[in-house]
Amino acid sequence: MTRIKVENLKKYFYSGIFRKKMIKAVDGISFEIKEGKTLGLVGESGCGKTTVGRTILRLIEPTEGKIFFDGEDITSIDGRELKKMGKEMQVIFQNPDSSLNPRMRIYDSIAEPLRIHKICNKKDEKERIYELIETVNLNEELLFRYPHELSGGQIQRVVIARILSLNPKFIIADEPTSMLDVSVQAQILNLMKDLQEKYGISYLFISHDLEVVEWMSDEIAIMHKGKIVERK
Amino acid sequence: MNETWIALKELRENRMAAVGAVIIIFLVFVAFFAPFLAPHNPLEQNLEKRLLAPNSEYPFGTDELGRGIFSRLLYGTRISLEIGVIVVGITALLGTILGCISGYYGGIVDEIIMRSVDVVLAFPSIILALVIAGLLGPGVFNLILALAVTHWPGYTRLVRGMTLSVKEKEFVEAARALRASSFYIMRRHILPNCINPVIVLATLGIAHTIIFAAALSFLGLGIQPPTPEWGAMLKAGIPYLRSAPFLTFFPGIMIMITVLAFNFLGDGLRDTLDPRAKEMLMMRK
Ligand SMILES: Nc1ncnc2c1ncn2[C@@H]1O[C@H](COP(=O)(O)OP(=O)(O)O)[C@@H](O)[C@H]1O
Ligand SMILES: [Mg+2]
Repeated sequence: MTRIKVENLKKYFYSGIFRKKMIKAVDGISFEIKEGKTLGLVGESGCGKTTVGRTILRLIEPTEGKIFFDGEDITSIDGRELKKMGKEMQVIFQNPDSSLNPRMRIYDSIAEPLRIHKICNKKDEKERIYELIETVNLNEELLFRYPHELSGGQIQRVVIARILSLNPKFIIADEPTSMLDVSVQAQILNLMKDLQEKYGISYLFISHDLEVVEWMSDEIAIMHKGKIVERK
Repeated sequence: MNETWIALKELRENRMAAVGAVIIIFLVFVAFFAPFLAPHNPLEQNLEKRLLAPNSEYPFGTDELGRGIFSRLLYGTRISLEIGVIVVGITALLGTILGCISGYYGGIVDEIIMRSVDVVLAFPSIILALVIAGLLGPGVFNLILALAVTHWPGYTRLVRGMTLSVKEKEFVEAARALRASSFYIMRRHILPNCINPVIVLATLGIAHTIIFAAALSFLGLGIQPPTPEWGAMLKAGIPYLRSAPFLTFFPGIMIMITVLAFNFLGDGLRDTLDPRAKEMLMMRK
């Protein structure tokens, strides 16, 4: 079953006061990701990978093109429908230093998705959080710390625990390990693979490191200047 | 609030800030217990004892109507601190909310709010306060209004700038991807990360407000006699500058000490709560 499908996606940025300059960050991209599969998106920095992810998440509006989730066109949904997509589709960002609110304890960061979507009461919430941190192999002690007291690898685990709370079907991982040490990197990637097997999650795995992408992905798309130039 | 607490603990090592804090605590104490500390009724006139130099009964002397200056100053602490706290409370809250909305939404909302800021800042603030207080007429309420109108833009500018940088952070994008409402994002993610510099500005703002209030009262536009406000007391003492200088000396000293205390504390807070300093701290770990 096709989980996510992108058709001729374009995102142009305009800059300069009189819209003189146009950047074609994403320029006509199409791909499909099946249930439980990973598409690796590789390319040098600035080729538009992050913009693809943000557009699919509808954090920014596409200039052109269509996005389908489980066969449903989500390119221009809003309101309640869009809020529902918040549970299905999630994201892991690159930079552990700013992935969590420095003012929130880890516990509250993990609880946040549950609270935003009003999924459970306080007691169930606590149970769920302890279950989640076990899933991502984190020590309970960390729950009452603040992000700056954690290592990069621990933060990425917290981020994963946090989004798992909603049982997402599709996760966009935007260079999730590129700022981590090599040994930690492998642990996080393994965790992501285990979770995929367990829950049938689909990934759009973005990276500039071809080796990592080859290891993670079922299919690979190589991007250059906003276009996919090669598929493997 | 963890980080704020850490910063406040560091504050103890900053000598100037500690001095400022101790003086402020003392002034707050005086303000609270003025009725118990004052040896005389601050409003009771005694024309037989006018313009007495400092003596054992009247530590700071008496004014032109025979009222004890010391007692009047104690009550004046209450008035000055009240005005400072009320004005800063209103302006910091309002200015912060406007700045956050401005930075978060951008576009036309931002234009309207920031152009209003520019308008207020286009006039020297003391002149604007003077004009407003002059138009509204004297009185505590009008004084507070005049001060509030002139003091909110600082917070708006500050918080708007902070909001612009915080909203680009990945944790805000992540909250948006969770489809949190804008209100939720501002309340839980943006505002808590702007609070430290607002605390600094508010502390310095109290000093500024107290000076302004005294200045307006000195010019006859703020608080009116017989209320023992420091600025109004200064004004009343001007005719006796040579013959009885203690009428102006002591209120002047009180204004100076209070303003300095808040400035010392504010500067110390800036050193410990400043976002850049804080980021450097976090990088060290
Ligand atoms: N909000 C934006 N406004 C203007 N230009 C942008 C914006 N976001 C990204 N870009 C530009 O789009 C291009 C692609 O950026 P990005 O998607 O971040 O690349 P990558 O993730 O592959 O490094 C870059 O040239 C970048 O400067
Ligand atoms: Mg990128």
